Amino acid sequence: MASDAEVIGTNRHEPSYLDYKGKHSGIKGWLLSTDHKRIGILYMIGILTFFFVGVFLGFLMRLELIAPGETIVSAETYNQLFTLHGVIMIFLFIIPGIPAIFGNFFLPILIGAKDVAFPRLNLFSWYLYLTGGTLALLSIVLPGGPADTGWTFYIPYSVRTGTNVILPLSAAFVLGFSSLLTGLNFITTVHRLRAPGMTWFKMPLSVWSFYATAWVQVLATPIIAITLMLVAIERLLHIGIFDPALGGDPVLYQHLFWIYSHPAVYIMIIPAMGIVSEIIPVFTHRTIFGYKFIAFSSIAIALFGSLVWAHHMFTAGMSDAGQFIFSLLTMIVAIPSAIKVFNWVATLYKGSIDLAAPMLYVLAFIFLFSIGGLTGVMQGVISINIQFHDTAFIVGHFHYVMFGGTGFAMFAAFHYWMPKMFGRMYNRKLAKIAFWFVFIGFNFLYFPMLVMGWLGMPRRYYDYLPQFHPYHLISTIGSWILITGLIIMFYNLFKALRSGPVVTEKNMWGGETLEWQIDTPPIHENFTEIPVIEERPYMYKDNDPPVEKEETV
Amino acid sequence: MSGGASNFVESVDSVFLLSIIISVFFLVLITVMMIYFVIKYSRKRNPKAVNVHSNMMLEVTWTIIPMILVLILFWYGWVGYKEMADIPEDAMTVEVTAQMWQWQFKYETGKVADSLFVPVNKAVKLALTSNDVNHAFFVPAFRIKKDIFPGRDRAVWFIANDIEVYDIFCAEYCGLNHSAMLAKVVVMSAADFEIWLNAGNDIKPDYKAELNDNDKAETELFESENQN
Repeated sequence: MASDAEVIGTNRHEPSYLDYKGKHSGIKGWLLSTDHKRIGILYMIGILTFFFVGVFLGFLMRLELIAPGETIVSAETYNQLFTLHGVIMIFLFIIPGIPAIFGNFFLPILIGAKDVAFPRLNLFSWYLYLTGGTLALLSIVLPGGPADTGWTFYIPYSVRTGTNVILPLSAAFVLGFSSLLTGLNFITTVHRLRAPGMTWFKMPLSVWSFYATAWVQVLATPIIAITLMLVAIERLLHIGIFDPALGGDPVLYQHLFWIYSHPAVYIMIIPAMGIVSEIIPVFTHRTIFGYKFIAFSSIAIALFGSLVWAHHMFTAGMSDAGQFIFSLLTMIVAIPSAIKVFNWVATLYKGSIDLAAPMLYVLAFIFLFSIGGLTGVMQGVISINIQFHDTAFIVGHFHYVMFGGTGFAMFAAFHYWMPKMFGRMYNRKLAKIAFWFVFIGFNFLYFPMLVMGWLGMPRRYYDYLPQFHPYHLISTIGSWILITGLIIMFYNLFKALRSGPVVTEKNMWGGETLEWQIDTPPIHENFTEIPVIEERPYMYKDNDPPVEKEETV
Repeated sequence: MSGGASNFVESVDSVFLLSIIISVFFLVLITVMMIYFVIKYSRKRNPKAVNVHSNMMLEVTWTIIPMILVLILFWYGWVGYKEMADIPEDAMTVEVTAQMWQWQFKYETGKVADSLFVPVNKAVKLALTSNDVNHAFFVPAFRIKKDIFPGRDRAVWFIANDIEVYDIFCAEYCGLNHSAMLAKVVVMSAADFEIWLNAGNDIKPDYKAELNDNDKAETELFESENQN
């Protein structure tokens, strides 16, 4: 893609960003670093920590639901568990997730820049993230205990409960700023810092998706910030805004909440789609099919996705016109996602496919995201939405999209980019074994939810009627398989960090985007010389297969 | 059985079936193509890839066909919804009050019950209100669900087709005992319903004998909590 690939970053005298010594060294060299790569790793540490906490809470919930009646915790604890699980997984794991870790680390590299546009603001965003995370966890130890409202904080219950609601609200508020500032940073970076010659249609597809996501972050996040602040005001000062007892309107709250939180779903999934578009050409070793269609569909999803929020409220009561429009738009937003899926599958055609771990996760993404997307279309159909709404079907559906989609894309990204980030390779065989546990466990865990949801099992139920028992049992067993897979996967990755074989070659997968032309691990400012871009990414002109290299220990 | 437990089952289930058929078709198509390509074009069998950049015909095809299908689904969903939204005027009204964590059903005669007793083959309108927080009235077998907010009048209607007992759930999270906010719909013949309606409040309906001990214990728990 770059004309003078040999020149870029061949200077091995420069230390990698991991060894680089700037003004500060040691731990301060990390905590005060404005290097986008180090900030990406700081985010990674935070996000993975919260992910493990969230998984553990989910594990406890599934264990409680293994049989009807009380199993391991009380109803109150269960309600707090699912609230905390939701708050952590959504605000601390999946929303920042891919953009904060991989966007920070790779976005500047992918466009041939030395850093993001506002490096100090970038570091500030991480501190906001940390503050928000701390606030969310603080509620566990403070009197009152963690909130039991569900992550949606629906009013009036959230005004009345005796648990700590203000803390997670302020956590989400602070985290919103972190997300917003990151978005602002990415938009400016993409506009201002592209390498010479990198026109819009020469950008890698993940850059398109980070860009589309950033706009949603900037435009939608202020709404949730204002909404959450209004809830805090209502709780503290008893001013009637949403609570009918004070003369407020609870449906207004739901609208404001979903005006942000539905676009937030696209903040979560669009970057994942970018990862998929990045990995498929590399492991099929051919050009991506329909580059422009994939790029524009990201924008279309961001656009339409901002106009479908009220499909969360078909049973809450709207005018017929409202029901009609929101159902129609919801159906239409499925189309750009479908276009992406078809283009990805078409990219496999006549490729030279290497089923390495990143590719396995990506193929699983396509399968699981298709289930998530198709069940999403079903919910856009109003008459059946009424049956599905607030049942386990919804829980199954959004885990297929968020975990089967974004989560799997993130796992793919770890296996794809980790050797580049740390210069260490994991055990490839073990990575594939972990994959099968994760994939099979995932389906055992979430598919039964789709079935029992249709049969009428409501969500957020601590206890359930005996007819739902078989599905809950299978689901809980699935959670054990999934967690086994996660343990193997992260054991493999962490072990590689400590003692994996050292990788120094620049292009271990045969990729054609810029990160594969710089040192492994990258040097402090990525490039010794800024590349000049002449061609679209993923050209694979000669199609020669990359040389297979044996693992060396 | 006459087309399901309520008048909505047939239309909802037929759209559901259609959406399942379309979904399974696409899922199988995508999965089979993926597996086929992965096998046929594996690096072993096909060491040299061929670049295929784009194909306008294909892009148009896989935009238009799904578009038509989702619009068809949308339309049937909308028609089904309209049916639920238009409440017939001659429907018998029952006032339903939701509060943490129980249901109360009040009839035009003034009779109050903790289960919903309705005559078969007659349109029943439920006027829904809440005394405290948000709840949702959900009878899966009837395919009906409606959110209930304090201080707002909501309504839902149905015609029960069979003499049978069904579950009622609260579907909007409402705090501690949300999952215990259950009740039953008891569908009776018109004659039995008349007898039941004209009997006093204190008569415990026979259906309770059919319920298992677990449910009975829960019901008693509600009642004792209610008194406190």
